[in-house]
Amino acid sequence: MQKVEPFLLSGNLAIAYAIKQLNVDVVSAYPITPQTTIIEKISEYVAKGELKANFMLVESEHSAISACLSAAASGARVFTSSSSQGLLLMHEILFITSALRLPVVMVVANRSVSAPINIWNDHGDIMPQRDTGWIQFFVESAQEAYDKVIQAYRIAEDKRVRLPIMVNMDGIVLSHTYEPVYPLSDSEVASFSPWNLSLKRLDPDNPLTIGGFCYPDYYFETRYQSSKALEDSLPIISKVDKEFGKLSGRSYGLVSPLKCDDADAILVSIGSISTTIRATVKKLREKGKKVGMVSLKLFRPFPLNELIKSIKNAKAIGIIDRALSPGAVAGPLFTDVTSALYLSKMSIPAVNFFVGLGGRDVKVEDIESMFANLKKILKSGKIEKHSYYVGLRE
Amino acid sequence: MPFKNLKEIIVRQDFFSPGHGLCAGCGAAQIARIVMKIAGKNSIMINATGCLEVSTTTYPWTAWKVPYIHVAFENAAAVASGIRAAYDALIMKKKLDKDVNVVVLAGDGGTADIGLQALSGAFERGDRIVYICYDNEAYMNTGIQRSGATPYDAWTTTSPAGQKTLKKDLMGIAIAHRVKYAATATISYLLDAANKVEKALSISGPSFIHWLQPCTIGWRYDPKLTVKLSRLAVKTGLWPLYEHYDGFNKLTVQVPRRTPVLEYLKLQGRFRHIMDNQEELAKIQSYADELATKFGLGPVTE
Amino acid sequence: MGRLPKWNEMQEGFITNTLSESINKTGTWRTFKPIIDHSRCTKCGWCVIYCPEPCISFESSGDGKVVIDYDFCKGCGICAEECPIKCIDMVMEE
Repeated sequence: MQKVEPFLLSGNLAIAYAIKQLNVDVVSAYPITPQTTIIEKISEYVAKGELKANFMLVESEHSAISACLSAAASGARVFTSSSSQGLLLMHEILFITSALRLPVVMVVANRSVSAPINIWNDHGDIMPQRDTGWIQFFVESAQEAYDKVIQAYRIAEDKRVRLPIMVNMDGIVLSHTYEPVYPLSDSEVASFSPWNLSLKRLDPDNPLTIGGFCYPDYYFETRYQSSKALEDSLPIISKVDKEFGKLSGRSYGLVSPLKCDDADAILVSIGSISTTIRATVKKLREKGKKVGMVSLKLFRPFPLNELIKSIKNAKAIGIIDRALSPGAVAGPLFTDVTSALYLSKMSIPAVNFFVGLGGRDVKVEDIESMFANLKKILKSGKIEKHSYYVGLRE
Repeated sequence: MPFKNLKEIIVRQDFFSPGHGLCAGCGAAQIARIVMKIAGKNSIMINATGCLEVSTTTYPWTAWKVPYIHVAFENAAAVASGIRAAYDALIMKKKLDKDVNVVVLAGDGGTADIGLQALSGAFERGDRIVYICYDNEAYMNTGIQRSGATPYDAWTTTSPAGQKTLKKDLMGIAIAHRVKYAATATISYLLDAANKVEKALSISGPSFIHWLQPCTIGWRYDPKLTVKLSRLAVKTGLWPLYEHYDGFNKLTVQVPRRTPVLEYLKLQGRFRHIMDNQEELAKIQSYADELATKFGLGPVTE
Repeated sequence: MGRLPKWNEMQEGFITNTLSESINKTGTWRTFKPIIDHSRCTKCGWCVIYCPEPCISFESSGDGKVVIDYDFCKGCGICAEECPIKCIDMVMEE
């Protein structure tokens, strides 16, 4: 591996750079904050001839994802990106992309959903997409966003997988913050994630009908097939991440635990908030507190065994949701994690922390208060409330 | 070279297979077959959700002998654009060498209503696709609900007292996007229709064909009358056959003597409620007269 | 009808290339059957081109007479209606 100098890039620009190196054929997207600078930069690469691609300027996100779907079916390597309302508008087509097993890669700069309209970060946009059948990554830095996009094409286009992938990156916090990013060389990217025409399906020499109608006698099997493919992609995702580690020195795992082995209290999270939690854990550890954290890098398929391995020794768990699930038993991540515990026959006390909606800042003190809350449970052995809205004026 | 006689079309290979589940006498099946005969093997067919889609792709079989894709209801034009973009990019990058025709067949609901936005986008971008709307003047697949293309006074299940507005002018919408080629067609004037498809395929940008399709179930008529009704639509002046090329409209089928609209309406159960209503019949006749003036059709002769 | 395929026996991504003509014989829908009077037929081809299935063609061998594939004919009657010399009769299926 050659020694390379880092570039100073925002999350969005790091992604655009990866897309250029990945030699994507068709890009179709629609402007929406905070995703827009990705497609602006890609437009520039295309205009300068640095990326030979067809950039389709569409009239909506619905058309953007539709065009990416059919371009992928035509054998092209495709990219799109969106946020918030745009992602919600794509919702219908997301299910179809996965059921038709088309390797579309999309970056979501996660943003709150309306109303009220708000351009800042939370996970309100992505949680309604949980059941769309896409592989879903969450990243914590611009570097990780860059790395995951490169991995994403390798995974999506793997014939054993053939599924669309969303790389989730917290809007504004990561999309617009500049960090040093160590890029791979163009040839390293090309050999790690090579494009492959054999995925082409719309071919006059081999006419196939894609996406027709079926009666109840075939529907269940079809949906199960793509659902099973998502489940079965987990070891391949893990393997690609390890191989990427060999190439770049950076690998992320399916979950990223810190100090979990002997921790009494553990916080479970996804996305950029994990960085703040990691710093808080280090700070509290210096004070001798037995705390730990685990960040999920992969959300779908859910890395059940890997997560359980990290949290099994805890005596109290706090699960952080950055989206509401009104009227549900609890927040989306809480529901998944506690189901994982139940299936593993573990009964660890758990509480749900709702934080950081619509870009509300989550500080080290907020994380400390969550650990303090878990400590109370450890002491009393009792859970007073299952849900806390941290930072809410009440 | 334009088609000069029926035989030239008949000898073309069929890429639409029998055994599909469309109704006996279905006009959409006729359109699909003719369009594919003209477009040929090197074509990709895109459907919006609708009768044609569900009845020709009922798993595990398909009626299509060319590559076919259906994604959803409102995005047929965007799906077509994506295929165009992919082929253009792959050819540009020398990953592929053979080009294809990208042909959409979408109903009036998927075109005039829910799919209008995606269609507008494709027109505006200038994507090289052939978009054909098979217009049966209502949402037939869901059971005859009114669409933006339902004609004045027509009964549907959601306009039980008759539609009270005029059909959307889809040709006007296409032309307003400055598409290089737009045309109306219908099956009874087969050579005219075939030549329009051929011309649309040769255009270097988007082209649009608005194809009137009598629907036996939705229009409430004996299945054997599909072609006859298609002919009467033209002869009454309610469906002028014209094309728009490079900024100009041209009538392609002359109607020197028009048939009264009643001859067309009385064969269709969807107009039964106005058969004795002279006032309403006069309104439809005057609408036909307006079209006749606009397109230069002849006078009504009993 | 044989056993339906298991989920992993179906092509990935809801794809098919099995033609309807190979399995879906729609001739069973028919109530009236078109019968061509070959002594009068001029082989003009209007019935061939207007058939929505399509299931009417010119025979490739012999004198190229017009033939109807009753495996698929749904009996719509367009061929009889559009025949310029009215040499096709629609008769009730037995």
